[in-house]
Amino acid sequence: MKNAGRWMMIVAVAPSVAEAHLTSSGLGPFYDGLLHLMTSPEDLAAAIALALLCGLRGADHGRRAFFVVPLAWLLGSLGGLVALTPQGNDIVSASWLLLLGALIAFDAKLPLAATTALGALLGLMHGYSNGSGMNLTLAVVLALIGLATAVATMTVLPAAAGVRFGGGSTRIALRVAGSWIAASGLLLLGWSIRSP
Amino acid sequence: MNQHRTVPPIATLLVALAFAPDALAHLQRSDAAGFLSGFLHPISGFDHVLAMVAVGLWGAQLGAPALWVLPVAFPLVMAIGGFLGFVGVHLPGVEIGIAASAVLLGAAVLFAWRPPLATAALLVGALAIFHGHAHSTELPNGEDALLYSMGFVIATGCLHALGIAIGTVRRWRWGNRLLRALGLGIAAGGAFFMWQAVA
Repeated sequence: MKNAGRWMMIVAVAPSVAEAHLTSSGLGPFYDGLLHLMTSPEDLAAAIALALLCGLRGADHGRRAFFVVPLAWLLGSLGGLVALTPQGNDIVSASWLLLLGALIAFDAKLPLAATTALGALLGLMHGYSNGSGMNLTLAVVLALIGLATAVATMTVLPAAAGVRFGGGSTRIALRVAGSWIAASGLLLLGWSIRSP
Repeated sequence: MNQHRTVPPIATLLVALAFAPDALAHLQRSDAAGFLSGFLHPISGFDHVLAMVAVGLWGAQLGAPALWVLPVAFPLVMAIGGFLGFVGVHLPGVEIGIAASAVLLGAAVLFAWRPPLATAALLVGALAIFHGHAHSTELPNGEDALLYSMGFVIATGCLHALGIAIGTVRRWRWGNRLLRALGLGIAAGGAFFMWQAVA
């Protein structure tokens, strides 16, 4: 009995491998994926930044982003699942925040094709980074669908707010928010270079 | 026959340690602390607070578009200063620069100086570099870098907003006098920090 107790202690003390990325919501893999975006500030900030940029540019940009970004994110994450190459790093996230924040702050007059390309590239790169940290199982695929759903939500809401309220002083407030995003990205970039 | 051989406790511990696999999960618990830590950083130094509030006050005095151009320019250029600090670019006289920013911006509010927008933005930007550089060399290790940076930038923006909010009193005659008095106070505070920096 004494030995059994010792061996139980060994099992209890030895930690199991913790899955990177997926925080358990307790509601199943789909909701774990939803929660993932909310607990990943690099991903969330980038999705919101792109949505604000599209919102400033108009309803057609927002509508296009609503479909393109989550789809690209899902494709990227599925690609990351099957690829065994290293995942993304803070320098990539920081560069995205710097670029998108600067485009918002300067109210860049981008055509629809440019915001669509940015959205697709952002979704593919961040999605790939998310997927490459996970193992290919049915639960993880469900989680990635949940993640794409969260991305769709966090794309459409800021974009809609930007379209609806993006005139006058609110537009200025959005541009100020863009400068904050760019500044945060630049600081993160410096931080990442200092300690890669 | 009834003799039981037990595993020594130290052997149990060694086996447990030997078989412990890597834990790969992200540190979730420090996220809120990282944001809060970054948020509190700019407001924990009075010399920083004086200069950042002065940016808002001056912007309010100048009116649109300086009202929002200056608070946009400051964090962006401050981040450039922070970036330079992170990558190891030495900037001489940082503390003197920070004190000088309070003196100059306080004086601008005191005398209600109205330069061209580009001049005002350049002045604010040049001074912001010192603040960013100082913060980057004081950042603690182990925090979530993005949340810390966001907290840091948002706090800076809030201090500008505080200055702009105070600056709304300029619509009244006494409000203008109050703004100038605040400018005098900020310049005097800056002079105090300058004396401390060079002493």
